[in-house]
Amino acid sequence: MIHCVLHDPEDSVAVVVVEGVKAGTTLTGLVLDEDRTITLPCVQDIPIGHKVALKDLAVGDTVVKYGIDIGKVVQPISKGQHAHVHNIKTKRW
Amino acid sequence: MQSTFWGYRRENNRVGVRNHVIILPVDDLSNAAAEAVAHNIKGTIAIPHPYGRLQFGADLDLHFRTLIGAGSNPNVAAVVVIGIEDQWTKKVADGIAATGKPVAGFGIELHGDHDTIMRASKAAREYLQWASEKHRVECELPELWVSTKCGESDTTSGCGANPTVGDAFDKLYAAGCTLVFGETTELTGGEQIVAARCRDDKVRADFMRVFDRYQEVINRHKTSDLSDSQPTKGNIAGGLTTIEEKALGNIQKIGKKCVVDGVLDKAEMPSGPGLWFMDSSSAAAEMVTLCAASGYVVHFFPTGQGNVIGNPILPVIKICANPRTVRTMGEHVDVDTCGLLQRELTMSDAGDKLLDMMFRTANGRLTAAEALGHREFVMTRLYESA
Repeated sequence: MIHCVLHDPEDSVAVVVVEGVKAGTTLTGLVLDEDRTITLPCVQDIPIGHKVALKDLAVGDTVVKYGIDIGKVVQPISKGQHAHVHNIKTKRW
Repeated sequence: MQSTFWGYRRENNRVGVRNHVIILPVDDLSNAAAEAVAHNIKGTIAIPHPYGRLQFGADLDLHFRTLIGAGSNPNVAAVVVIGIEDQWTKKVADGIAATGKPVAGFGIELHGDHDTIMRASKAAREYLQWASEKHRVECELPELWVSTKCGESDTTSGCGANPTVGDAFDKLYAAGCTLVFGETTELTGGEQIVAARCRDDKVRADFMRVFDRYQEVINRHKTSDLSDSQPTKGNIAGGLTTIEEKALGNIQKIGKKCVVDGVLDKAEMPSGPGLWFMDSSSAAAEMVTLCAASGYVVHFFPTGQGNVIGNPILPVIKICANPRTVRTMGEHVDVDTCGLLQRELTMSDAGDKLLDMMFRTANGRLTAAEALGHREFVMTRLYESA
């Protein structure tokens, strides 16, 4: 089963695409642009559609998805953690 | 891919995929009469809306352009226009009559609702019976005008449903169809990608001008960083975090090969085939209504969390790649592309699946939104009334 997908191998986050992902699961991630899989640990429960961090991220770091800047880190994020509005913000507006 | 479909060829040679007789109010005051006529004459559709009084300038121009465009859409066989007074009623009716299709206008003043409903019902019955004898004819694929706008997006939109539309758009673009996308503010964070896809410097300058103008509107009116509105609460619940992330997902709808050939104002008709960008709101019903008013006859609507929108004139095909949404709201989904995210479906297969549904819809299959009675007709306003 594919648990999460990412667009670009350099992305900082992947999208969970199944329901019921729990902390402690080893996730299988599909790299969409390359049609290959990776594995990563999941350390928090993550709802379907929400993002999991693929690497450790510090406050001020740029978050990359689709290989492109989607915002900045506002709370530290560890690999395998839930990455969303509580730790990432827009750089616009 | 098929090269033909079965549509209704109209008097001006445009091709529609529906055969509606619509009862079109010019203003809010005429909704009751329009709905009474549609109740009397079974099979006609009233298109109520809340505007049309004391608008002025560019806002009034857009009001007329939207109504005339909706009536002129080739999915519409004939139109009964009802307004509170004769002059604006005639303006709308005359605008639609330029297509050559049957249209009649009725003003309520000096008649009252009863007499207006009676006279308009007589015209509506004649039009409906006339339209019911129209037959579908085989039409060439490039005669099909296809629009797209996504809604209640989530992260599965950007990796599943939207690229499905993108793959289909790449194929339709190569076939010579007339296509459109829009949602000006929802390109924020990806505007340089769209700019890079523009045909030439003039189109690029036109695009950046409308993009920058919308940014100014937001900066003028915003009271926060807009994180309460863009992404929406539904987007955030679905996992989208920032406007940039939403925009990069949104842009997947224009595929990898399409070139942006021109920029349209709201409800403006394109002048030729290709991919057009329409300056538009990102609110679903507003954008789809503008597409209907511009003359598009089939709409691709990818959704993540499950937007249920439809349109009275334009069949809206829903595409979804979120397995939870397909499970909980399956009656709204026309094309399920969840398999993309489990490596069970290639992107080209997903695009072909959507194109197959597009041909079936063009040939007469009712969409989920049509079957469920979704007829959201929402006109864009530019500013306050006088």
